[in-house]
Amino acid sequence: MAVINDLRLLKNSAWLGWQMEANWTDPFLFATYSIVKPIAGTLILVFMYLVITGGETANDFFSYMYVGNALYMFVAEVLFGVTWVIHDDREHYMTLKHVYMAPMNFYIYIFGRSAIKIAITSFGVLVTLVFGVLALGVGINLGAVDWLLLAPSLVVGLLCICILGLAMGGVSFLTAKHSIGINEGLAGVFYVMSGVVFPITILPSWAQTISMFLPVTYWMEVVRRAVVPEAMDGLAASSGYDVTGMGGMSDLTLMALLLVSAGVFFIMSIGVFRVADNIARKKGKVDWTTAY
Amino acid sequence: MQHAVEIQSLTRVFRPKKKKEGKVVTALDSVDLRIDRGELFGVLGPNGAGKTTILKILSTLLLPTSGKAYVAGFDVAKDLLEVRKRINMVSGGEISGYGLLTVRENLWMFSQFYGLKSKEAHRRIDVLLDKFGLRDKDKEKVRTLSTGQRQKMNVIRGFVTNPEIIFLDEPTLGLDVNAARTVREFVVDWIREDRNRTVLLTTHYMMEADELCDRIAIIDDGKILACDTPDNLKKLVGMNSTLTLSVGGLNDISDFDSIPGIGNFSSTMDAGGNATTLRFILEDESSVSDIVSTVLGKGSKILSLQKTEPTLEDVFIKLVGRGLE
Repeated sequence: MAVINDLRLLKNSAWLGWQMEANWTDPFLFATYSIVKPIAGTLILVFMYLVITGGETANDFFSYMYVGNALYMFVAEVLFGVTWVIHDDREHYMTLKHVYMAPMNFYIYIFGRSAIKIAITSFGVLVTLVFGVLALGVGINLGAVDWLLLAPSLVVGLLCICILGLAMGGVSFLTAKHSIGINEGLAGVFYVMSGVVFPITILPSWAQTISMFLPVTYWMEVVRRAVVPEAMDGLAASSGYDVTGMGGMSDLTLMALLLVSAGVFFIMSIGVFRVADNIARKKGKVDWTTAY
Repeated sequence: MQHAVEIQSLTRVFRPKKKKEGKVVTALDSVDLRIDRGELFGVLGPNGAGKTTILKILSTLLLPTSGKAYVAGFDVAKDLLEVRKRINMVSGGEISGYGLLTVRENLWMFSQFYGLKSKEAHRRIDVLLDKFGLRDKDKEKVRTLSTGQRQKMNVIRGFVTNPEIIFLDEPTLGLDVNAARTVREFVVDWIREDRNRTVLLTTHYMMEADELCDRIAIIDDGKILACDTPDNLKKLVGMNSTLTLSVGGLNDISDFDSIPGIGNFSSTMDAGGNATTLRFILEDESSVSDIVSTVLGKGSKILSLQKTEPTLEDVFIKLVGRGLE
């Protein structure tokens, strides 16, 4: 019974999230926005790459970078989306106190509200990848994609990002608009330290050590191996050394490391949320409206 | 029998982030309170007295600094889920709501947070929309509603889950006269429908507290100064009721001061000499019928009659030393 109630809550919260995300304009404009936004965001990086390489895109590193950048949308958008639920309910709709004091699983509510963000971002990632293949020659070969590796790694990675978002949501209880800055800062750390657009081997050794504790690092590597296996092999062969720093690890080892690091972040994030929740109740900040 | 609400030595202190940013505020100072099931209990006090702080603690939004608070026997600091299953809260002047949803969608959404079946939720929403005169707005987006309509929607949101105990924090604040009356009448009807329901109402409207509440706690500076029925609170003042009659054709004022239960009696003839004003201080309320009989027995006509009782404002002034507003 409790499971059925939780599933209903998840469904209804997702419906609410959809209304919030998609109901602000007419469907055509929303669809256009959903397509144009991710492509435009990606093109910024593509143009920088083209300027540096003199217009060269037909190489394995471009595919490495392009896929990493597309995947990063999940990190930035989902992390932001989860946190935004609390900020939005508190500051814009002023419903947070009523949501908070309802006898429901607050985590499920937040994930339900964020689910639509994951769906919209997934669409954006897909659009970006299709655009990359058709317009820029990104080396995705559907026949070579390792779906069995891709599916579980996507699930684990997205869950991990959602849980990280929850921790940031907890911080959002205690801050005004600053949580958005903290969120962007954390997303920035992942961007630099997790091998999103360049391999972590470029980083100084101390930074590489930090990178190896971040689940996003393993997630990027696993998903790239699943989506562009040929480009990953080509990159390793052409560079003549372990360019990603994880070339010696099997897919299974990478998945195991992803699971373990995600598990550690899961525990840490729940801990951060609970502590923040408790401080918010102590300081009377749950129904706080800062008007920021 | 288990109390609906029990508060023991509840203290809540708010400390400023930095010393120079303000002073330490003791919002609640060792408050003790017991509210029985079926009671419509009022907390009356001026702004900043600690009324809302009590409700925030009871509704699990705020932790006390010290002391204990129980709702339906569950500790508000520990048994959050059990407390939340049994309560809801409505705050006056509240304009919260998902502006992109319709009124019905908003109310339905909140009912889902409490696990109501959709069909039952819509049935209750229909009943409440009718009662509050919002039926014609149910398909309108919340962002298009007036402030008063949003407030009414929030009152419905609080009641749609049919809580055992509802916290009403200044529920009529900012509502027009008719809407405020609708809310007050609804609250009284709601609690009468099921004696297991409990209402904890905070207000700074004397009339509202007097009209609605079975018992009232008067609070100021975080301390409960008195707690009793409105009638008993008025007796605290030590003031008696006053009966004023305007009488025509009265020639003889003897006998009036010998009526039992009268503390004081005075009479004045009006300027035209057509009517006499009789003023009685009543030590015993039952003497009203004797006074009326005596007037009529003298062949006089009662032109008007007014009984004035001490108000909660008198009580408040006596207890606090200043008015409420």
